[in-house]
Amino acid sequence: MSNNLKLSVSPHIHSGNSTSTIMLDVIVALIPATVAGCIIFGLRSCLVLAACIVSCVLFEFLYNLILKKEQTIGDFSAVVTGLLLGLNLPANIPIWQCIIGSFIAIIIVKCLFGGIGCNIVNPAITARVFMLVSFGTMTTAAMPTVVDTVAGATPLSAETIEQSIGELFLGLKGGAIGETCILALVVGLVYLLVRKVISWHIPLTFIGTVYICSFFMEGLDPIKALAMILSGGLFIGAIFMATDYVTSPSTAWGKVVFGVGAGLLTFLIRYFGDYPEGVSFAILFFNILTPYIEKWTKHKVLLAGGKKA
Amino acid sequence: MAFSLNGVHTPHRKNTQNKATIRMPLPDSVTIPMSMHIGAPATPIVKIGDTVKTGTKIAEATGYVSAPIYSSISGKVTKIKDFLLSNGSTTQAIVIESDGEGSVDDSIFPPVVDSKESLIAAIKESGIVGLGGAGFPTHVKFNVDPEKIDYLIINGAECEPYVTSDTVTMVSRTEDMKIALSIICEFFGIKNVIVGVESNNKTAISSMKSFAQDMSDVCKVDVKVLPALYPQGGEKVLIYHTTGRIVKLGMLPIDTGCIVINCTTLAAIGNYLTTGMPLIEKCVTVDGGAVSEPQNVIVPIGAPLANVFEFCGGLKTEPAKIIYGGPMMGLTVPNMDQPILKNTNAVLALTEKEAWLPKTTACIRCGACTNTCPFGIAPALIERAYDKNDIEELEALNVDACMECGCCSFVCPANRPLVQKNKLSKAVLKNAKSKGEKK
Repeated sequence: MSNNLKLSVSPHIHSGNSTSTIMLDVIVALIPATVAGCIIFGLRSCLVLAACIVSCVLFEFLYNLILKKEQTIGDFSAVVTGLLLGLNLPANIPIWQCIIGSFIAIIIVKCLFGGIGCNIVNPAITARVFMLVSFGTMTTAAMPTVVDTVAGATPLSAETIEQSIGELFLGLKGGAIGETCILALVVGLVYLLVRKVISWHIPLTFIGTVYICSFFMEGLDPIKALAMILSGGLFIGAIFMATDYVTSPSTAWGKVVFGVGAGLLTFLIRYFGDYPEGVSFAILFFNILTPYIEKWTKHKVLLAGGKKA
Repeated sequence: MAFSLNGVHTPHRKNTQNKATIRMPLPDSVTIPMSMHIGAPATPIVKIGDTVKTGTKIAEATGYVSAPIYSSISGKVTKIKDFLLSNGSTTQAIVIESDGEGSVDDSIFPPVVDSKESLIAAIKESGIVGLGGAGFPTHVKFNVDPEKIDYLIINGAECEPYVTSDTVTMVSRTEDMKIALSIICEFFGIKNVIVGVESNNKTAISSMKSFAQDMSDVCKVDVKVLPALYPQGGEKVLIYHTTGRIVKLGMLPIDTGCIVINCTTLAAIGNYLTTGMPLIEKCVTVDGGAVSEPQNVIVPIGAPLANVFEFCGGLKTEPAKIIYGGPMMGLTVPNMDQPILKNTNAVLALTEKEAWLPKTTACIRCGACTNTCPFGIAPALIERAYDKNDIEELEALNVDACMECGCCSFVCPANRPLVQKNKLSKAVLKNAKSKGEKK
């Protein structure tokens, strides 16, 4: 009976972590934002989300099939990409645009660079930026009640701000399906932190930097600065897009650099740029810088520095 | 201590912790390899046909870093042959057929120890090597300037899943430990002793606390409760968590004023000093889902695994892997003829389900490998450098700091062969360095 003994190098047990369990955790963390988006923006948002998810998975499936590569849709990363892309689009976007966005995300950004783990920029972010640039205002300014960064430019009276902070937090305003309900996004963040899928570094430094910069820009008004961070896609970007493992630094200090840098760039674009929203551009830019940031913030090996053997 | 080192939460599965330890009946034959320690293999001093008794020296240490070997049964030497060890190296092995009597060699009597030198000589003569698993000859460890020793650290951190043989020592062999520690402290002038035990090992902690009290007039024994996190038993991890000192690359523990000795090694020294019986048997944890009755068994060194498992009620299901030691760092065994070695602390027969490893997929750069590495090494980057055969990068990444604990591979969601590539990288680096020196 001992003829079938397997020989292998240790370790012989595994934690059971896998790419698919991590992706499922991200999907679970996105459920509150998804549900909130569907309530706020109606059934049309479900259609947009479904179109993005189905087309993302289908594109990856077909790519692997046609190129005779090992099928990778089982790791659920395409589902996450589709869901994130959908949540970053307004509910009234034409479905054909969703499909084009999915094509950009999965085929151009992910598969052509070598599939999961090899893409240099975040697929969903890149697709969102592509759509913003190609289809104009469709991606952000579709809803009539957009508060977004206009809140920063338009002086609001004290009462309306007080009132709108609550509304901003609950997401009762225009914008992309998943980005408006801050409450739901924070619930997702807590879940990801508890499950140790992500660390606090990027979300905190990213959002914190935008807050501090806005605070000074708004004449030391904490409420206006709060309205600034609750607007637009900052939370969904900082929590779910900027923390993408593949395209963000893996070192703690690298994450801090990434978060502060992206926060600063978001602030600059919001206040001084032509585009109303800077989060996507900031993340995309720092995606590209990630290998360099990682090089500058290498982990210190505890035992290093002894006399060399 | 500034901060606690990282690690992983492995499953504990210490099924044998509270079970009685049973001595196994003498096997029909034993196969004793000449290389059961780090260093030069021992040289056989018996011939085929010689009659040996329990405790008869059958092989002499070859050089300084080596250890003598003794017969674990009485009987006749029937073969001296080449033997393929589980680690892939070939060594000589002496096969002894038992006469079933187990009679003890007449020359066995307690050694006379009256100085540091005679103590080291006695330890060398006992054949004792690091019993925690490393198998480093113990006498070499003690051949240091006593002035340099600030702490003697007793390693009671049994961090591998399943394995409980050290716990058994700490609970039931405290007398042996006391004798050894008293004599070592006396001749080395050691004042401070620390016992490191993991926080979840309650029985060992309480036993070691009363041990510390009993030892109080000889030396100060501090029982340090360690986090229940794998790998606390790693030498450098243990030194850091007990003293806060860092054994940097290229340094030995003594360079930081520490000597680490495994609790079972200490007990073995105590046993030798009182009885004169050298290291001929070993308490081994026999466990794993395929074993009918998991328990701790006292086994003569050289007994084939088949006999050991048979004594534990046999195997109830077909095992996928049989392992020497724990599942995090243990070596797989090719067949049941392999013997129990000096440094075997466990043999596990793992079922298909227990030994299941997920499919290897692409690295998603999650950073879990670096974040769980106790020393903060970056295995994912080492893997890439290894694949590119980038020697300079491997050196810059400090791959030599890797103690091969396997945390990185254990947590990797893509199940990349990380610690495996670290091992290969260390070999590649060593090779490149020796080539460089030749030039």
